Amino acid sequence: MAPPLPYLKETASQTAGPYVHIGLIPDMAGFDIYERNFGAVLVGPDTPGERIAVEGRVLDGTGTPLRDVLIEIWQADAAGRYNQGADGPGESVDADFRGWGRAGSDFKTGLYAFETIKPGPVAQRRGGAAAPHINFWIVARGVNIGLNTRMYFSDEETANAADPVLNMIEQENRRATLIAQRSERDGKAVYAFDIHLQGENETVFLDI
Amino acid sequence: MTNAAQRGASHRSNRPEPFQPPYEDGEFFQRDRSLQPPAYAPGYKTSVLRSPRQALLSIDNSPSEMTGPVFGHNDLGPLDNDLIRNYAKDGDPIGERILVHGRVLDETGRAVPQTLVELWQANAGGRYRHKKDTYLAPIDPNFGGCGRTLTDENGYYFFRTVKPGPYPWRNYVNSWRPAHIHFSIFGSGFAQRLITQMYFEGDPLIKICPIVHTVPDEAAIDRLIAPLDLNAAAPFDMLAYRFDIVLRGRRSTLFDNKLEGN
Repeated sequence: MAPPLPYLKETASQTAGPYVHIGLIPDMAGFDIYERNFGAVLVGPDTPGERIAVEGRVLDGTGTPLRDVLIEIWQADAAGRYNQGADGPGESVDADFRGWGRAGSDFKTGLYAFETIKPGPVAQRRGGAAAPHINFWIVARGVNIGLNTRMYFSDEETANAADPVLNMIEQENRRATLIAQRSERDGKAVYAFDIHLQGENETVFLDI
Repeated sequence: MTNAAQRGASHRSNRPEPFQPPYEDGEFFQRDRSLQPPAYAPGYKTSVLRSPRQALLSIDNSPSEMTGPVFGHNDLGPLDNDLIRNYAKDGDPIGERILVHGRVLDETGRAVPQTLVELWQANAGGRYRHKKDTYLAPIDPNFGGCGRTLTDENGYYFFRTVKPGPYPWRNYVNSWRPAHIHFSIFGSGFAQRLITQMYFEGDPLIKICPIVHTVPDEAAIDRLIAPLDLNAAAPFDMLAYRFDIVLRGRRSTLFDNKLEGN
């Protein structure tokens, strides 16, 4: 028998459970413990880019909104750059925009909401660019391993048509599950993005 | 020109430029799904309506997956990793004092430094400080139940806390969770993002827990169980449990460059 390779095995995922708020957004669990809380507002006064709201619900197989889901987003800045630091952890590309946030859905309505900026197109490793998009990671009670997907923008039709990931979705009618619809509210852009875990309009989830 | 210098140059431009992998690292290894719970695990009833039924779309790593948020000590407070003190009002919380510690590594065995580790748990009686937890065990006025820390340069982390109690939940009519601590870990790329639960050596509830057994591999379950670590226990103060966490590994940049034709 060949000797085993020396790799370690990835730790198994377990559900975040019903009380994920305690650990990740304790203010929503109903108590105040940290001086600095992570949250759903990604922008500061000096962040360059178009201010947008991203909101929606996560729906189960019956169409019922999840009221205990936690969503994280990770996105590029307005110039299409991810803020991972120029030379590794600890050094920021843009101090005014980490590019990451997390939100819990409302305990009554199931609505989640982020305040961020619209990202730019992201250069790809082998040339070309990805259409502007926001990466989503979804955990909840009943979700055994975090679900990854992407949100694209309805007003980027040309870029979306050339996007390498959208084009990999064989059934063209499923591509629409990843495109958020733009509207205006009080002079500000709002993108509506519902995520269907199951059912007729099941969102395309990604194995990344 | 070094990768770092190339990246520095790209910051001064507003146009997208070819992406340089961060930290001299390449794509993540494909996830070994045989070690991970499937979305649909009917023994854990809540998963039935919350599990996608279509196949996941497997995509090559792009900058969106290879990068991830960076956290620093400025994000944290000095007591954030001490659950015995971070919510104490008029004394220490009730329960067995424990140290929970270990390393965050990737599949190649390399340390994952400076990464954010967050945890949350019930108190010693099995009650969460959460407005939706209605179990009859009492809230502990001195226990919040959450903490967070950054790993050091060797991937090492530690927390001080009290051992959580088991508690009942609605799955079957008499279902009880084994004592556990929830962990959330970031890594260096969004594709490594992981949430899991740590269990305690010797707990008889582990083998009958439907959530534990969403994991299809017995050895993978065993790796979620923290052994007692007497060598790390502090005499007359607290016991210790050891929990090492493994995130996905990455290809080396060298291999990546060869792919590019360099």
